[in-house]
Amino acid sequence: MSHSMRCSRVAHFSLSLRTVKEEEVPQDDANMLQGKFRKLYYATDGSAHYKGVGSVGWEPENVVLEQAWEDIRERVAEAKEKVLAGGASPVLYHMERTLMTPDILAGHIGWPAFVVRLHLRPFFFGRLGRKTLEKYAYAFQISLDELTDITKVK
Amino acid sequence: MQIDFPHRQSAHCENGVVSNLMRFHGYNYSEPMVFGIGSGIFFSYIPFIKMGGIPVTSYRTLPGAIFKRFAKRIGMKVESKSYSSEQKAMADLDVMLEKGVPVGMLTSVYYLTYLPDAYRFHFNAHNIVVYGKEGNNYLVSDPVMETTTTISAEDLIRARFAKGVAEPKGRMYYPTQFPKEIDQKEAIWRGIKRAGFDMTEIPIFILGTKGMKYLAGRLQKWPERLGDRKAIQYLGNVVRMQEEIGTGGAGFRFLYAAFLDEASSIVGNKELYDLSKELTASGDRLRDFAYYAGRVCKSRKTDVLSFAELADILRECAEREDKIFRRLHQIAKDNI
Repeated sequence: MSHSMRCSRVAHFSLSLRTVKEEEVPQDDANMLQGKFRKLYYATDGSAHYKGVGSVGWEPENVVLEQAWEDIRERVAEAKEKVLAGGASPVLYHMERTLMTPDILAGHIGWPAFVVRLHLRPFFFGRLGRKTLEKYAYAFQISLDELTDITKVK
Repeated sequence: MQIDFPHRQSAHCENGVVSNLMRFHGYNYSEPMVFGIGSGIFFSYIPFIKMGGIPVTSYRTLPGAIFKRFAKRIGMKVESKSYSSEQKAMADLDVMLEKGVPVGMLTSVYYLTYLPDAYRFHFNAHNIVVYGKEGNNYLVSDPVMETTTTISAEDLIRARFAKGVAEPKGRMYYPTQFPKEIDQKEAIWRGIKRAGFDMTEIPIFILGTKGMKYLAGRLQKWPERLGDRKAIQYLGNVVRMQEEIGTGGAGFRFLYAAFLDEASSIVGNKELYDLSKELTASGDRLRDFAYYAGRVCKSRKTDVLSFAELADILRECAEREDKIFRRLHQIAKDNI
């Protein structure tokens, strides 16, 4: 692409996108905020001074946010399959479902992260005592039943 | 005990908490003022620290730094405590609320059930104010919300004692002592000086405007280095860090511009107003960057040219901000 073409495209967008003015604050609703509130943007009013303006969202942001969630959903689905096939312990599924990592879990369980990684395997998970299982259940905000049988999770 | 808390929405949580707490105690500081005096603006791209496998990009200073610097420059004292015991932390909170003192605290976004689901990631440095208790529920003023809200005691405990990177450890804080006289001008100039220094003078290539240039260089190579999928993930993360609640990047440029706008009339310096316009222009370019990046992410194609274009936009912003903050640093030094 030639330089001039690039410039003209960029110029065009910055004209149409300029958010300096209050009436130009983007309002692209993708239901990311679930109607719970509007976000505050700073934009200039008629006198060229700043003021706060509410917004329901902006498309690029909605796209990347949606993408982050898509990645997560994919990982959860993969984990679920793996657990049901017996390739991993339920901890893996719950961990992905609650967006945690072994490091975060380690904080909840009170064991180092490498121990949590061991618990991701069915063999080690099967040898856990009730106390540790309860800690996991608390961390995942579920019952012991749901912890061991992932099909019971809503 | 219920306190009449003057909640006002803000674009960023930490500024909002400080601004609202100050208003409660009878001092009127807008969100941009807090952000400016606390030197909140910054940039860093840290390739060797990863969160969820993606390098950390930040458009602001460390969490907590804004409040600390603001308090220092205004000359107020702040009591800040963290806890190892959940019971003790909640009991202390109840005692403060009994006394009628609203308390600011660190929480994890993930456990704040009143927030929209799409935003509930494990982010451990979200600031809120708790100003009352009704039965088992706490009354919450979350600065990103338009109105006040409530949260159950169980959720609040989980949020205050979330685990992982930078654990909040039940940290809570409240101002205890205010100065008799506040030298506004001095505070503003000191805030600007520090921001100018942070953005341009730190001799580390991943911090400040140097960091923006560095990110531009790295970003350009992502498609060939990481492959399409990863490159788009990385890019999406940069945009998320730029635009999302609590971390907004271009938003921070507008916020700082709003501060310069307000400050210019307080200290009577016309140049600050002009610089605020320039910073707005840079913020606009960052939004262009987000807009393009959003399109790249949406199409899921990392046609290499578009990454090069994105890098150019970032470089342009870095160039602009370098000039702006160098000038700001100089003016501030001349005026202190």
